Amino acid sequence: MAKSIEEINEKIKQGKVVVATAEEITDIVDKKGLKEATETVDVVTTATFGPMCSSGAYFNIGHAKPKMKLGGGRAYLNDVPVYAGFAAVDVYIGATALPDDDPRNKVFPGEFKYGGGHVIEDLVAGKDLKLAATAYGTDCYPRKKLETWINIKDLNEAVLFNPRNVYQNYNVAVNLSDKVIYTYMGVLKPELGNANYCSAGQLSPLLNDPYYKTIGIGTRIFLGGGVGYVVWQGTQHNPTVKRKDNGVPQAPGGTLAVLGDLKQMKSEWLVGTTMQGYGVTLTVAIGIPIPILNEEICRYTAVRDEEIWAQIVDYSEAYPQGKKESLGEVNYTQLKSGEITVRKKKVRTGNLSSYPRAVEIASTLKEWIEKGDFLLSEPVAYLPGPETGYTFKPLKERPIA
Amino acid sequence: MISRRIVLRFPHRLVDQPIVCKLVKDYDLEFNILKAYVTPREEGLLVLELSGGDKNYERGMRYLRGVGVKVQPLSQDIIRNERRCTDCGVCVPICPSGALVVEPLTRKVQFYDNKCIACELCIKACPVQAMEVHF
Repeated sequence: MAKSIEEINEKIKQGKVVVATAEEITDIVDKKGLKEATETVDVVTTATFGPMCSSGAYFNIGHAKPKMKLGGGRAYLNDVPVYAGFAAVDVYIGATALPDDDPRNKVFPGEFKYGGGHVIEDLVAGKDLKLAATAYGTDCYPRKKLETWINIKDLNEAVLFNPRNVYQNYNVAVNLSDKVIYTYMGVLKPELGNANYCSAGQLSPLLNDPYYKTIGIGTRIFLGGGVGYVVWQGTQHNPTVKRKDNGVPQAPGGTLAVLGDLKQMKSEWLVGTTMQGYGVTLTVAIGIPIPILNEEICRYTAVRDEEIWAQIVDYSEAYPQGKKESLGEVNYTQLKSGEITVRKKKVRTGNLSSYPRAVEIASTLKEWIEKGDFLLSEPVAYLPGPETGYTFKPLKERPIA
Repeated sequence: MISRRIVLRFPHRLVDQPIVCKLVKDYDLEFNILKAYVTPREEGLLVLELSGGDKNYERGMRYLRGVGVKVQPLSQDIIRNERRCTDCGVCVPICPSGALVVEPLTRKVQFYDNKCIACELCIKACPVQAMEVHF
């Protein structure tokens, strides 16, 4: 008998809901079988805590006296440029923004000590930030210069809005060249010196709902330590990715755009991150509940690390040159063992995404639901699935003149 | 037999003196240089793995202190900030001496400072700047 989200929410309100994390459900299905697991468990919590570059936040800072129009002018938070192409006092900061005078990779590999991701972390932590702005001045907004301390509690709105988070699977990065390379997948030692991956594997949200049957637009989630929502498919959403027979993508697939009130988030769950020689980004904590509506959905949540496969990609040549070559595939049990074999060589592995933190997020979300503090939401629209033919295309370069 | 990793700080006046040479010749100690550095203020910093007989080692240490070299055990100098560390594990394959490992059960990262050779590769590789050097 299929369940509905409404029924599950009733159970939550009555304190009778049964919740399991995506790790626990695997054991429950093993021991009790799929049918009983589906009947007894109402919600499975999934989670991830990894660097997600396509993240940022917008703020409304409130009007100065006399009024000033940041829109069309220039603005900086702690010397990091924020985007001021909106209305008078709305600005957006991206996770990878860097100070104008940051040397970047001029002295290679660059240190990238402070950028957008750190500004967001500092803001959420309640620190005072320096806002500096210039404007061209109009009759209604005559002011041309502003320098002030600001604090998140004084902002009107502070909204985390991430165009692409929660990648459904990702690559395993290696370096076939003879020099160390510095990438968004971390420092990669030469000649298969190490292999870095970035996924929570069996805990990862979209790997537990591979065809986006429950996670959709409007799904309420744990975001950055507070509550947020899925608002759209993320950029580069690729539902037509190649999948194994169990439906799980074997390469990067779907993505989510998420949003939430920054004021109720916590800095331990939104961490400014530096990738040496690459840049600054933001490590984001996300937890997504999956309502166990029927056996099919339950089966997807019982996926284990050894059933999730990823492609090994060379980041020294193949990736930067856009060559779609895979050096083979490995599953997440092999990756988490600490060592995999690539081209007959034993290669030590490193994860960019913190599994212990993902476990903590999934457990925290489970607690919130059990206590009745978190209700599930029915998506208002579903994400495009593989049947739509939606795909992630490369740029079609058309030179000008 | 003692084998220790130590950090030696040489004041400006000693930077051009053959001190480590004396440790070998007069005190019969073996050394392996892990790091050698002359600061902008022309002070010397040496990270050594020093080994030899117990008595010789002690006498060697007394000699060093006697000429004015500051000696400090290495393990205090590379620190893991447990509050900042997010237990991702990307430092683990970077570490050449196995001082950083992932605990198999909890999947949390452990730092064994007695294995650390202060190569400092983890300092910049750590995405959240949880590894700190306090020379």
